[in-house]
Amino acid sequence: MEIFGISTALLGSQLLVGLINGSFYAILSLGLAIIFGLLNIINFAHGAQYMMGAFVAWIALTRFGINYWAALIVAPLIVGFVGVLIERLMLRRLYKLDHLYGLLLTFGLALIFEGIFRDQFGISGESYEVPELLSGGVNLGFMFLPIYRAWVIVASLTVCFGTWYMIERTKLGAYLRAGTENSAMVQALGINVPLLITFTYGYGVALAAFAGVLAAPIFQVNPLMGSNLIIVVFAVVVIGGMGSIMGSILTGLGLGLIEGLTRVIYPEASSVVVFVIMVIVLLVRPAGLFGKS
Amino acid sequence: MLSRKYAKTACAAALAALSLGAQAQVSGGSVKIGVLTDLSGTYSDLAGSGAVLATRMAIDDFIANEKPNFKIEVVTADHQNKADIASNKAREWIERENVDTVTELVTTSTALAVMKVAKEKDRLVIMNGPASTPITNEQCNDVSVHYTYDTYAVANGTAKAVTTQGGKSWFFLTADYAFGHALEKDSSTVVLANGGKVVGSVRHPFPGSDFSSFLLKAQASGAQVIGLANAGADTTNAIKQAAEFGITPKQSLAGLLMFITDIHALGLKSTQGMYLTEGFYWDRTDETRAWSKRFFDKQKKMPTMVQAGQYSSIYHYLRAVKAAGTDDTSKVMAMMKKTPINDFFAKNGQIRDDGRMVHDMYLMQVKKPADSKYPWDYYTIKATIPAAEAFQPLALSRCPLIKK
Amino acid sequence: MNAPVSFAESKLPLLLGALFVIGLIAPFAVYPTFLMKILCYALFACAFNLLLGFAGLLSFGHAAFLGTAGYVCGMMVRDVGVTPEVGILAGTVAAGLLGWLFGWLAIKRTGIYFAMITLALAQMVFFLAIQIKETGGEDGLQGVPRGHLFGLLDLSDNIAMYYLVFAIFCFGFFVIYRTIHSPFGQILKAIRENEPRAISLGYDVAKFKLIAFIISAALAGMAGATKTLVFQLASLSDVHWHASGEVVLMTLLGGLGTILGPVVGAATIVTLQTQMPDSVGSWVTVIMGVIFVICVLSFRRGIVGELQALIKRSGVN
Repeated sequence: MEIFGISTALLGSQLLVGLINGSFYAILSLGLAIIFGLLNIINFAHGAQYMMGAFVAWIALTRFGINYWAALIVAPLIVGFVGVLIERLMLRRLYKLDHLYGLLLTFGLALIFEGIFRDQFGISGESYEVPELLSGGVNLGFMFLPIYRAWVIVASLTVCFGTWYMIERTKLGAYLRAGTENSAMVQALGINVPLLITFTYGYGVALAAFAGVLAAPIFQVNPLMGSNLIIVVFAVVVIGGMGSIMGSILTGLGLGLIEGLTRVIYPEASSVVVFVIMVIVLLVRPAGLFGKS
Repeated sequence: MLSRKYAKTACAAALAALSLGAQAQVSGGSVKIGVLTDLSGTYSDLAGSGAVLATRMAIDDFIANEKPNFKIEVVTADHQNKADIASNKAREWIERENVDTVTELVTTSTALAVMKVAKEKDRLVIMNGPASTPITNEQCNDVSVHYTYDTYAVANGTAKAVTTQGGKSWFFLTADYAFGHALEKDSSTVVLANGGKVVGSVRHPFPGSDFSSFLLKAQASGAQVIGLANAGADTTNAIKQAAEFGITPKQSLAGLLMFITDIHALGLKSTQGMYLTEGFYWDRTDETRAWSKRFFDKQKKMPTMVQAGQYSSIYHYLRAVKAAGTDDTSKVMAMMKKTPINDFFAKNGQIRDDGRMVHDMYLMQVKKPADSKYPWDYYTIKATIPAAEAFQPLALSRCPLIKK
Repeated sequence: MNAPVSFAESKLPLLLGALFVIGLIAPFAVYPTFLMKILCYALFACAFNLLLGFAGLLSFGHAAFLGTAGYVCGMMVRDVGVTPEVGILAGTVAAGLLGWLFGWLAIKRTGIYFAMITLALAQMVFFLAIQIKETGGEDGLQGVPRGHLFGLLDLSDNIAMYYLVFAIFCFGFFVIYRTIHSPFGQILKAIRENEPRAISLGYDVAKFKLIAFIISAALAGMAGATKTLVFQLASLSDVHWHASGEVVLMTLLGGLGTILGPVVGAATIVTLQTQMPDSVGSWVTVIMGVIFVICVLSFRRGIVGELQALIKRSGVN
């Protein structure tokens, strides 16, 4: 069967692949959105922190024998802790200033991280094997789906919606949201807002690292793996509406699908389509698809 | 400081003029070699600090073996893969520091930019890292040497070998920029010439990270061979994901431009059985092993063909300076072209008038993990592609210097 | 701004005059090509600063203007065979037109959304630069001749080229200086400080922003076109978003919203990029990153801004 001269099997497989990529976008843009929502910081180091997650997993495996499953927990904790330090030592001084300064600071941090890892590990990167339990794949009829890719969708959606639930439905989340709206008021109610902010940044960074561990078996683990991704993820957050949690998740998935479609129709443009969409969305809906203006 | 340098140069020139004939007449009293390479970006593993090390090794060996009566200096810089930085640096080196030859120059855009500057200033350029064939075709000039390899040589070798061994139908996964297009074009020509057919191709944005959609297209095409007309991280990611999607080993992959560092980074598990063409393999002969061990002791990595070529080309250059008794560009170039190259890197290598150094290339197959006995034991040499076949024949040259 | 004219401002013409003289004699002391590169980036940064420092608009896509003008100028001079001044003019006009399009779309939004639209549009320009054959893609547009100025003066001579670049820079700098100190510039500042108030005063804010954007884009283009002539090439790195980021860094490092800041910033960054000692090698990016961080944490006013503050303080004492 064919639609517009494209076989449905190919279309189906491309959409599925798009969804897989979309789940990476979702988890990364979620982290960015949370950080922006509470800290008002555009975390340009997100791509570098994603890369660090992958590297920590690789180092853990090769130097300390820590397996993939443990790395899924350990790497986000370690990188998240680095995030906490960054927030405590640097970002804290910038909250009252224009967005620009946060963006520039984190951009500088990204350069530093990438430079250090490149010096230590070289540019070709390292290879991380798919864990035993998730290797192999299933034939879906229209395509061969590696089990690991299926796991990526499950893991990332679980984390995304778990995070959404925590923020929208729990008490901690309520503090967070209130802190975003009016931090002085929340502070007055006896809640330690600075601590809350530190925790939030650490959590956002940990999400990036988690995505990094998820990505390690698929992509070559190399120091620049996050540097081009960051721009796309950025666009996803903006399209979804800066700071909107659900918006960033849904937009991430949606853009993955659109990118997948573009790869069928006009593959050369698949890296630029996200920017075309961003311009259109911003012109039509200034605060993004899910943002409140 | 700068004026002092000029004074020094003038003095040296005067002295050299006085002692005419007694010594090699070397401008500024020394031969100065500039290594302009990528020290921090995408190509820093295949060229980078390893190329700088190879240069220094060549100079040390040359001084020890040939006892030249001139001084040799090296300057290095990171061109960050930007043509304007490369052009600026090369110009400054030539005008201010009297650099005699600018070398390495990975990435074609930087190489082309420096070739223009060198031609204008009448200095030598020796290129090892860049891949594109225009360097010795449309853009060729008489001060440049393209030494180690080019896209024609690597694509040609691999495509021909794979096609003649039964890989008749091809699908290309091509990086969407000039270099990728050139690789695809060169390889398709060879595939067709050897009785194969090209069933399709897809162009992916550069740089890419997820190649699964493109690989699925390649899979759906049913081609026996998927030609990877890309380089660096794009190639390694595509190979990794092809294994993940069960595309290999049903369909086989042909890396049209790969380096041993790529194989090292990916590991043998996902690369086993692949064919690729290189100009150098450390474990080929006793000579290559001996040199590579020395390199490894310092760099902790085995040399790539670019780094080995860098050593060989620098040594050849210095020998030509000594033989010509001058560092004058055209005289040294004439000497370099006249003298065949015989060392661990090349046997009877010859620099043609279009600037192309022709030498044997090697078709390699990546070993199975079980067959790899020691670190960096990665290749089986399947065939030696003789110099005459390895590179684009002069008859097809588009270089204006070649009279037909 | 509302304080009595500060020492730094009152002495500004004197300072500019001194700098002008230094600029005239500089090529005899420092390598001219290096100076030309600094001047090109300085003009680029000044153009960017006009927008961010004086109109409060953060464009994250200024590389599009630098790169496009470079390509247009390169093609005109190399392929059409026009004289260099026509090439530069063509590049400047092309960048101005592109700026008009970008500006028209982007000024509908403010703050981070404005930055994002400019970034997105610039990414599209980057995509086109790769796709269009004439740009040479990854290999770049190579072998642009410097030619003869007005068909007469041979620019292949570095000193001659330097004075042309210096003249172009001075012209661009003067345009910016006049713009800032004109009533138009005052209104821009008013918009930056308090947009609603400017609107309520009856100013057509959108129009002012658009004009500022076009001037900035055209001047950025002029820098890009000149750069193409200097290096005789135009390459993808000039349209890459890293170039857009670099100009933010230059401006911030030198001093946002100061007239000389971007020049100092550009000089510092270009020097760091090209004159780092060999031993630094691959650590260049790390060092740049550290500078970024230190700058944001401790020197937010930038080099010139901090100096001005220092002078002001000592003047008071």
